[in-house]
Amino acid sequence: MRLADLVAGIVFLALNGYAVLGGADFGGGVWALLARGTRKDRQRELIADAIGPVWEANHVWLILALVLLFTCFPAAFARLGIVLHIPLSLVLIGIVLRGSAFTFWRYGGGAHGDEAQRHWGSVFAVASLITPLLLGTAVGAIASGSVRAGGTGSGAGFYDVYVAPWWTAFALSVGAFALVAFAFLAAVYLTLEAQQPELREDFRRRALGAGAALFGAALLVLTLSGSGAPRMRAGLIFAPWAVPLHLLTGATAVTALAGLWRRRYRLARVAAAAQVSLILWGWALSQYPYILPPDLTITEAAAPAVTLRLVLGALALGAVVLLPSLYYLFRVFKSRSQPSAIGRQ
Amino acid sequence: MPDLLAARSQMAVSLAFHIVFAVIGIAMPLMMVLAERRWQVTGHAIYLDLAKRWARGTAILFAVGAVSGTVLSFELGLLWPEFMRFAGPIIGMPFSLEGFAFFTEAIFLGIYLYGWDLIPRPAHLAAGGVVALSGAASGIFVVIANAWMNTPTGFELAQGHAVNVDPIAAMASPAALSQTIHMTLAAYAATGFAVAGIHAFLLLKDRANAFHRRALVIALLVGAPAAVLQPISGDLSARHLARHQPVKLAAAEALFETRAGAPLTLGGWPDVERRQTRLAIDVPYGLSLLAFHDPGAVVKGLDAAPRDEWPNVPAVHLAFQLMVALGTYLALVALWTGWRAWRGADLAHNTWLLRAIALGAPMGFIAVEAGWMVTELGRQPWVIYGVLKTADAVTPMPGLIVPFLAFTLLYCFLGVIVAWLLYRQIIRSPDIPEWRGFYMPPAGRGNRKAEG
Repeated sequence: MRLADLVAGIVFLALNGYAVLGGADFGGGVWALLARGTRKDRQRELIADAIGPVWEANHVWLILALVLLFTCFPAAFARLGIVLHIPLSLVLIGIVLRGSAFTFWRYGGGAHGDEAQRHWGSVFAVASLITPLLLGTAVGAIASGSVRAGGTGSGAGFYDVYVAPWWTAFALSVGAFALVAFAFLAAVYLTLEAQQPELREDFRRRALGAGAALFGAALLVLTLSGSGAPRMRAGLIFAPWAVPLHLLTGATAVTALAGLWRRRYRLARVAAAAQVSLILWGWALSQYPYILPPDLTITEAAAPAVTLRLVLGALALGAVVLLPSLYYLFRVFKSRSQPSAIGRQ
Repeated sequence: MPDLLAARSQMAVSLAFHIVFAVIGIAMPLMMVLAERRWQVTGHAIYLDLAKRWARGTAILFAVGAVSGTVLSFELGLLWPEFMRFAGPIIGMPFSLEGFAFFTEAIFLGIYLYGWDLIPRPAHLAAGGVVALSGAASGIFVVIANAWMNTPTGFELAQGHAVNVDPIAAMASPAALSQTIHMTLAAYAATGFAVAGIHAFLLLKDRANAFHRRALVIALLVGAPAAVLQPISGDLSARHLARHQPVKLAAAEALFETRAGAPLTLGGWPDVERRQTRLAIDVPYGLSLLAFHDPGAVVKGLDAAPRDEWPNVPAVHLAFQLMVALGTYLALVALWTGWRAWRGADLAHNTWLLRAIALGAPMGFIAVEAGWMVTELGRQPWVIYGVLKTADAVTPMPGLIVPFLAFTLLYCFLGVIVAWLLYRQIIRSPDIPEWRGFYMPPAGRGNRKAEG
């Protein structure tokens, strides 16, 4: 395995971390928006309690993926910044609004009134939709092979260069798929966060519904990929690893739903995270060795070897600090028997 | 609005906004940890209240800083793809390290904010300490990357491409040391004085308030030493500039001609067409003394560079004057405070001192913004000094005025909300009758919940 491939794998691992952790925080926003029934305030409170201690750490996975991308694959980063300027700017606006609205929601009310707090809760919820949709759309644009060089001097118009690559049915369907996947993850995780049985049942039903919707969204993406991303589709069907990967993904999907059905929530959590991760890796494998199909390979986009080696060293060093810290964070907040008292004081 | 100007404006707005939160994110955790430590030592609930308020402030500001920092790292590609294509492999290293420091900060801030009742007290205090340290570290890494843009090293140019890349040498660029010291001190001085200034103002209205007295003392402990050290670090920076970035220094000092025994130009308006500065006070030999510690030394003027490689001289000169003036004021107030405290005086009953501190509240942040204008505007028209022009780094995307206006509006909106929240959450006096008095309440051993 080449050095550049290894580093690309690590960048993708960071993206994977963002999807299964940060993605679920966006999914929480979806459920805050869809909170219904007599327990809607308790549902929202549970979501806020679950996200509060971890969302910033979860968010950093995206930053990590981004800085590794521009350090190690600057040509790919530059091209993404040019061609996907519009969707990525909207992703940013979503991130800014989501993050700040969540904090204002947590800290805006307190004992001094709940009107403003509710207001920020809805900004948080709506903003949580923007980022997954457009991040997924950007992924769809990459997978369909339309993030090409050019633009400057090619004579193409604004629409052709800056809109057409991502404003396609296929890319937008990937956006919808990402949103549903994040909502599914969030609902599955929330079954474990909930302390009261009725709240747990609420999210179990939501998780089952989202799981079914995810299946529908996957079918939609697959159908549209015929004309939208033929290369990726060919990779996903004919490559030697395709069948084992699909079987494994299918097995995790069934396990997640079965776990939910039989109220084996820990099992469901692991299976759901594995399912989403496997789908991501399927995408990555289908376009290997290209980082931006159809013409930019991982090796071509890579920084000089000295940079890659140094980054690997820094990653190893960073992992020594980060992994125990992350373990501690999740042990303190995600394995307790009682929910934190904050927000109820 | 031309696209290059729109891109530069968007970057400037994003940086000017983010830097406020970055600076507070470095210094506020230190104040919060000091207050918690005082609570653990003395058992006075007033310190616990202070620690929790500053923790809430840190939470709000860190969140806004985290998302506005994300915006900046995306904008490097959205606005300056050619810069990143060139610089990414050379200077990505400190950004990666910053990523780790930021990650550590986010993890332990989560533990600190939500773990008051979940982890043992020493672990909680240590978590706060990690937040303070990693906050400072991430600031240092980002400034190292900026220093490289000012004094690029660690590569060779071959037909416009970088070869023989050495990321370690790039991190150790000549500007790195003076810039990181100056910025880190600025963070502590600006935040410390902003917080001290607010509490001094409230003390002027309510002299006996025990809460504001304690807050004032801890904020000054963080801000005053940094403010005193800052002029020394500024001298280091000026001497560095004279050697490595002469055009920036010439613009800052409005020195049009290269000369020996250069005077220090105070104030005035540089007239670029006539190459002279009107209405200025000249201190003979001042600049040569400051830049080389030698009254006869030759200081390079703007004439050392072609006219089309000059930065905007009036803007750089005025920003520099503003930064130096405000920094000097804070250093003097810090010295005065230190002298009064050393003499055992009660700071809260010195009306003039309180007024001086209250007046200083916004000054550190204005100085930080002005200092960044000096270093960023002073480097123009280069994005990488002497290597890549800003105009050649910008994205080919047209219509950049739209994202510029969108992000500007977003940030204005956020700025107003944050100010309002901070007032509600930290600045407003706690409504606990015993704390209105001058005396400290008896030791409560911290059992009471002191939420607002």
